[in-house]
Formats: sequence, C-alpha cells, structure tokens
Amino acid sequence: MGIRKLSTASLHAWVDRIIAGNRVIGIQAKDDKFAFAPLSAAGDLRLDHDVAYTPPKAFFQPAIETLVRYRGIEHESVVDDDPFVLFGVHPYDMVALNQMAEIWSRDNYDPHYMSRWEQATVVACDVQNVSENCFAGCMGTAHVKEGFDILLTKVGDSYLADYRTEKGEKLADLMEQSRDATDGDLRARREVWHANNRLLRRHELQMFPNNLPELLEKSYDHPVWEEMAERCFSCGSCNLCCPTCYCFDVQDDVEWDLQSGERKRAWDGCMLASFAGVAGGHNFRGDRADRYRHRYYRKGKYVPEMIGECACVGCGRCISACVANIANPVTVYNRLLEDE
Amino acid sequence: MSCSCNSTSDKDLYVPEPATVLKSEPMTELERFLEFKLASGRELGHMPGQFVELSLPAYGEAPFSISSSPTKNGSFEMVVRQVGNVTSGIHRLQAGEKVGIRGPYGTSFPVEDGLRGQDIMFVCGGIGLVPVRSAIHYVLDNRDDYGDVKILFGCKSPAERLFTDELAAWEERDDVEVLQTVDKGDESWSGNVGVITTLLPKVHVNASNTAAIVCGPPVMYKFVIWDLYEMGLTADGIYVSLERRMKCGLGKCGHCQVNNIYVCQDGPVFNLGEIEEVREAIQ
Repeated sequence: MGIRKLSTASLHAWVDRIIAGNRVIGIQAKDDKFAFAPLSAAGDLRLDHDVAYTPPKAFFQPAIETLVRYRGIEHESVVDDDPFVLFGVHPYDMVALNQMAEIWSRDNYDPHYMSRWEQATVVACDVQNVSENCFAGCMGTAHVKEGFDILLTKVGDSYLADYRTEKGEKLADLMEQSRDATDGDLRARREVWHANNRLLRRHELQMFPNNLPELLEKSYDHPVWEEMAERCFSCGSCNLCCPTCYCFDVQDDVEWDLQSGERKRAWDGCMLASFAGVAGGHNFRGDRADRYRHRYYRKGKYVPEMIGECACVGCGRCISACVANIANPVTVYNRLLEDE
Repeated sequence: MSCSCNSTSDKDLYVPEPATVLKSEPMTELERFLEFKLASGRELGHMPGQFVELSLPAYGEAPFSISSSPTKNGSFEMVVRQVGNVTSGIHRLQAGEKVGIRGPYGTSFPVEDGLRGQDIMFVCGGIGLVPVRSAIHYVLDNRDDYGDVKILFGCKSPAERLFTDELAAWEERDDVEVLQTVDKGDESWSGNVGVITTLLPKVHVNASNTAAIVCGPPVMYKFVIWDLYEMGLTADGIYVSLERRMKCGLGKCGHCQVNNIYVCQDGPVFNLGEIEEVREAIQ
C-alpha cells in the first residue's frame, strides 16, 4: 500500500509492462468518443477522456452472458473467472461499480457477476476533462475513496498512483521509475479533487442527493411524469447507458438438436414498453409515464432505500443519449423541489 | 475465456435441479395439470402460495405457482395455462419426462401460524384457484385448527372451471361452505351467474375473526377488496397473491418490481396492510 509518483513517460512504460502480463481493458478513443476496449499498447490509453461511451458495468455484467449450459436436463453453471485489469475508470463510474458489487452480492449472491468483480483489478483515474453533461460534483461522486485497486491522479505533468490492495500492489510492483509521493504531491492531489468537485457540474442539483427519497415520497402524483413522458419514445437508451441500471431478461439459446442450449441473460430496461408485461397480455406498467417515473424512483428512492446510496452517480450519459431530451435527472429532481 | 464450474464456492442459484413428471393431463382447453417429483427424492419444502421456476430444455424457464399442499408428501402439483412458448412446451410433457426446478421462492399464505383459529374465506377468480388450492388443502388437512371455512370461486365460463371434482367434494362437506359463479352461463350451468363480487353479499362473516385469501386476475382485486371492507374486514385480515413477471425469482432482474417491492422475494403473497399504500400494487 502506498502512493507513488511517476512521469507520463514512466506511466506509459509501466502500462506496457502490465499489458505484457495481463489481459487489460483500457479506455481508448473510438471515432469521436471514448470506449473501454482490449488495450494492446500504452500509447492507445486515453486517461484524458471525458466519459466512456459505455459504462464499465459491461465488463462485469456483459450485454449478453451465459448463466447456465444444459444438455437435456443436465445443467451446469458457467462462471467467467478470467482475471483482467480495467484501466481508466472515472470516480463516478467507480462509485457505480461499488454499488453494483453490493447489489449483486447481497441477499441472493450472484456468482456470475461476483466472479468477474473478484477477478478484476480496477485502476481508477481522476477526471482530466469534463464531459458535456457530467454532474458528478453535485452527486458527491467527483472523487472516489474506495473500491479501486489503484487510483491515478494527474498532478502537473506527472501521475500519482495510490495503490490500496494486494492486487493494486502487484501492478505497482511493475513500476520502474517512480518515487514516493511527497506531502506537496498530496496537497496538489487534494487540489485536483477540490477542483473536480467544482468542475464536474454541468448541471446543478439544488439539493443533497440524500434528500431525494424524502422528496420523491411526496412526488408520486406530480405532473412532471406525464409532461416528460409525453415525449418519451420508450427506447430504453437511458437504461442501457446507465452505469447503475442492472435489470435483465433471461432467454434460452437452443442448439439444433433441441436438447442442448444455453440460458443467457441480457440487459433489459424498465423504460421499454413490455418490461412489466406478463403472460396473457396484461402490462403492469403499460403507461409511459408510469415507466418514466419508475426509473427516477429507482435511482432516487428504491435503490437508495436498499443500499443507502443514491443510484444516480451523475455521469450524464442518459442526458446525452436521450433523443427526446427528457432524460436529465437534475431537471426532473429540481422541478420536483421547486414545486414542493 | 470462460470455465464451466459445477462446484463454485458459492452456489449458483440459476442452476435448476431435475424433477420427473409423474402425471400430465388436460383440465380445460387451456389448462393442464402436472404432478412432479424431485429426482433427488427430497421434498420440495414449499408453503402454500409459493412458486417455482420451471425449466424445460429447448423452451426456457418460467415461474409457476405450486397448487398442491405441503401436507401432500412425495410430489407437488402445478396447473399451467398455455399462453406462450414455455407453456406450450409444458403442455406436451408426458409422464416420465424430466424438467428443471428452482425454488420454492417467495412468501406464503400464513396458514401455518398466523391464521390458526380464524375463520377463513378463500376468494378465487379463474386460475387464481391454482395457488390458493394449496392453502385450501392445507387448511382442510388440518381442519380442526381453523374456524369456519368458505370457498368462493368465480370463472368466466363453466368450461373454464378448474378442479371441478374437488369443488364438488368440498361442497359435499358439512364443514366447508362453497359458493361458485360464472360470468356467463350456458346450458350446462344451473348455478350463479355474475362476477365474483356477486357472491360476497351471499355470505355472512364474523368480520373480526375472518381472514380473506384473495387471488385472481389483476382487475378483480380492487372490487373484491372494496366489498370485503364493506363487510367489515380490515386490511390486516386480507391476504392477496400478486401476479407479476418473476423472471429470475431472486430479486435482481427487476421485472416483478412494484415500487420498491420485489414481488418474487417480498411476495407474491402480501398482507393487504403491507401494500395498500404501495402505488401500482393493486390496480
């Protein structure tokens, strides 16, 4: 455990050494955006990215994954236990991953998600460039204190690498040209955190996220649900790009012999029209407004009541993804507060 | 790389255990009666009102209520309505074939302790009788432990009535009051005609000592509950079983969620007092 300082050039050399011995998923440029993808050279790593297009949940709960393989009535569990390094996770996404680990491990422990989580070494990095819709500053997620194995912070032309865990230490051992961080370095890092807390506020929530459950308790019949949902296409984009949306569908993929196959789960979304439908045709959330409200209640009330943390981490992806321009949680929650 | 592990340190709750079909026979045009036995020989260990996830190779998995009582040893029963892919496959099952079972899951009607000593009124609409039958058998198998027992059953048409032999046998008993109705009669039907709520004025209950167990199509609850209130019952004396899309059964997939409640884990059986204020629960 420790905090090391290394130059950008040393960081690149370090990353290349990590790549030589590990499966590394790193943040990279993709067209005019950024995405996590298998990393083959440190030069492709973009720690200056503004936001990853797809949240890192995709490497723990893939869009489609096999849960069970069967032949006739013989079923066997399929668990992915291949170690990997996830490099370049922003603090708000780290908070989301911490929440997901809590959700998938509590009550009915999910070995599929948790195996990947246990096999992963997560290298987080503080934000260097703010995305167009990020509001992590007002969600308390501009900076993250736990969950990562290493936290990188760019300070001047160098990086500080704060390694906390055995897995983090194993990677830190591969650093060749680095030195221990000084008090001055740590002061500079605190300044980065303070600055990010100010800068990651493209939208300003007018309350503490902790107060959302109480506000929502009183807002079930507010007109905002109908007004916003009137423009909703029920496309589910806001669900799929959300780092804390984890709802899923389960379907069988059957082989030609009609005896063997795989049971798979795939991302699903509560904004999709058929989400709460049952056999026989009844849909328990057939109205767009009911689905729209359900999503904001999940983020601001239902999940917080379960795990004690607001399930919106302020990444702003839903705002960017929504073609109808109705998915800004800050707009919705501020409106409820104004009319309280 | 993914590895297949039969013995992970943490049990995979998605892996079903094999069960054998003991009996499979048609009940109505759409419903089929099935009896199963777990291949391991162990009892399912359910309580009335709980459900299982049933897997059928090449078709998939879906949730079904258990219709038999835990007082019946050695096997368990279900009634499956043919409405989709998995249920069509289930309808083709023959005795001797195998399926996969996960569960039992969810909450149950508190027949074991909470309701002992009370009068019990079962109010069932259509296939709502399927899960409630488990509680009916449980109560009748321990008949001395309960007060008056009433069974109210309504169906759309005479042809859709389920467990007609058992209903006839219950009607024969002196210690059970059975009232039945159909929404629309035909020449075979000489009984009551009208929706299930038309039966309620015909029964006399000691409201302060009566528990009502209600299960039926979504539209039924609101009207039955109104009338039960009229009769003097309170929310604490009413138990409902809610239908939702219980895809995983483990409180994760989100499909069965009603506000903050996961019906597959927190339900499907609720005391009305717990969910009366939960919007979306009773529609």
